[in-house]
Amino acid sequence: MRRALLLLAAVAFSHAAAAAGSAEKGKSAYVKHGCWQCHGFVGQGGVTGPKLGPNPLPLDALSAFVRNTRGGMPPYQSAILSEADLADIHAYLQSVPKAPDYKSIPLLNP
Amino acid sequence: MAGKDADSKAGRRKFLTGFVAASAATAITPASRAADTLAQNAPRAPSALPPSGKAAEAETGTPRELARVPGTPGSDFMVDVIKALDIKYCPSNCASSYRALHESMINYGANKMPEFLTCMHEESAVGMAHGYFKAAGKPLMTLCHGTVGLQHATMGIYNAWCDRVPVIVIGGNDLDAATRPPGVPTFHSAQDINALVRDFTKWDDTPVSLQHFAQSFVRAYKIAMTPPHGPVMISLDAGLQQEPMKDHGDKPYIPRYVPTAPPQGDSGAVKEAARLLAGAQNPVIVADRAARTPNGVKLLVQLAEALQARVIDQGGRMNFPRTHTLSAPPTAVNNADVIIGLELSDFWATVNSYTDNAGNGGIGTNSSRIKADTKLISISSVELNTKANYQDFQRFQVIDVPMAGDAESTLPALIEAVKQAGPNKAALEKRAEAAKKAYAEGMERTRAAAALGWDASPISTARLCMEVYGAVKSLDWSLVASEGNVSNWPNRLWPIDKYTQWLGRSGGYGVGYGAPASVGAALANRDLGRFSVSIQSDGDLMYAPGVLWTAAKHKIPLLAVMHNNRGYHQEVMHVQRLSNFRNRVANLGGDMGPVGTSIENPDIEYHKLAESMGWWAKGPIKDPAQLGPALKEAVKVVQAGQPALLNVWTQPR
Repeated sequence: MRRALLLLAAVAFSHAAAAAGSAEKGKSAYVKHGCWQCHGFVGQGGVTGPKLGPNPLPLDALSAFVRNTRGGMPPYQSAILSEADLADIHAYLQSVPKAPDYKSIPLLNP
Repeated sequence: MAGKDADSKAGRRKFLTGFVAASAATAITPASRAADTLAQNAPRAPSALPPSGKAAEAETGTPRELARVPGTPGSDFMVDVIKALDIKYCPSNCASSYRALHESMINYGANKMPEFLTCMHEESAVGMAHGYFKAAGKPLMTLCHGTVGLQHATMGIYNAWCDRVPVIVIGGNDLDAATRPPGVPTFHSAQDINALVRDFTKWDDTPVSLQHFAQSFVRAYKIAMTPPHGPVMISLDAGLQQEPMKDHGDKPYIPRYVPTAPPQGDSGAVKEAARLLAGAQNPVIVADRAARTPNGVKLLVQLAEALQARVIDQGGRMNFPRTHTLSAPPTAVNNADVIIGLELSDFWATVNSYTDNAGNGGIGTNSSRIKADTKLISISSVELNTKANYQDFQRFQVIDVPMAGDAESTLPALIEAVKQAGPNKAALEKRAEAAKKAYAEGMERTRAAAALGWDASPISTARLCMEVYGAVKSLDWSLVASEGNVSNWPNRLWPIDKYTQWLGRSGGYGVGYGAPASVGAALANRDLGRFSVSIQSDGDLMYAPGVLWTAAKHKIPLLAVMHNNRGYHQEVMHVQRLSNFRNRVANLGGDMGPVGTSIENPDIEYHKLAESMGWWAKGPIKDPAQLGPALKEAVKVVQAGQPALLNVWTQPR
């Protein structure tokens, strides 16, 4: 537990200094690294993975999860997903437009 | 009747001898090869040489009457047997090893009951029979070559086995090595063709006389139709089909078919189950293939309401109305104190979770999803029919009250026993109120989730499914297959409340089920006046797309809306997962998914493929705004009796 907290703190520190990512580059990185496979091309989620955007987790929390997950999602170590790419992906998820209210969609209100 | 030919003395073997002799006369000999070589070196001759006198006579003269086989063909009697069982269709790919039965069916039997349907792959034929049964409740038969055809058919048979669906498979086989024709028929013969599928059929036989065939066929039908249902196999000797009936004094008879009553759970176990359920604080019902008929749905509603127990429908069949406030998601097991599983294909995975992570030495981790003291009850007919080799019985799960019996047949006794056990009325009312609230909240969350990515391109699977529902909702619709995983939106959002509105999945997860099963179910629905719609995935369609032609050929109306995510998506995720576990960048090879998992570059134009086989088709549709109008057009086409396909580019899941 203590080790995990230290790890999270280290990750958080490393991201505190990270520059804001590029949404445009992030869109490519999101596809290249396979995020779309479980979460959809616009981060909408599905049975295979939760919604990522809009309003993603803060970058530090997202990074801590992506690097260390032991759940259903396989971890992405920095050797296969760089800090820069992860920041870009986060920026892309932030740029995803807000979904319409389901109450405004007739097909979802039969 | 073939009996008119009784005066002819030429038998099957004499006929075959003549055939072989004629073949030999035209065979290529070393001398003729030498002549060909000389001819190649000679000055160029006209491409069409004048025929020899013999050839000209053969081509233009009146052919001699072929020698007739005396007596009544054995295969005519076989048709009488088949007709006695009221089998409506025989989807099959033609093959010489059953040519005699084929000829008898279409000529002596007038191609009715059963009607021969031309298939382009044996797996398609079995898949059609599979889908047909789930829509009509009646089995079909299929014919195939006993070796090469049966090898094609095996995946379809395995799906039917896992999905507990009766299909009667007949494989032609030239059993008698002393008389079988040489060459191809010999490659297509085996000592025991049934061995190929014995591990995943309920029963098989190799009749050696016509009387034996009559008994075998009626027995096969009876076994296939006794719960748990399953496919059966008959090896049919070509000689037995082709030779005339032998006169032993007595004519062979056709045994009367009397259905076997399905097995019920033990009465003592039923009482104990009722006692546990009636005394539970939070009983939960889980159903997979519980409802074999529409009556099964009614019974399950009665049981659920008698207990005010939430029901998780795992979707092997349509077991419980999605519109009922007791309908619940899989997580409803978490706080249960008593769980009853009805015809579950995997009880272990119902109450345990498996996480495919790198833990536990790389093989994933397991954890219980239920409280430690939760009591488990099971009613399953599959316990009566377990075989060793294929592991469809899943991991071992300890059950407190296990019953080997058919769930639907046991439900009336269980409902009665629950009523007698007298559940606490106040507890029932409290549970009903809580379930109603949970249902409403769950639907709200689901609709909000469906709105995410609503306007995205490629089109979201939620948008795909809801546009399809919007286009068919005013019709008597039947969702005949939903393959390729669309995040289960139809079961989460469509108001499925009739048995034939959801027909379940393949059973064995053998990809390639969706297209033929849809066509088979649409055939049944055509005759019953229902509108058939399928969600057709790309990978599934390409296993044997010839079934599209079969649908057009036999005028089977079906609306196939493609979930074209351009990949074998399950495998896309698997290879990505393993790459991550090993800390390697997945090699995409220029595609979206890891090498070997994508279906792109080039993209398959499924609409053109369907058009080429006689379908109305449109696509690729990538803009969600275009989907609704295209669906309207397609629905009209299907209502006019033609199959229609929309090639829709979709999000992965």
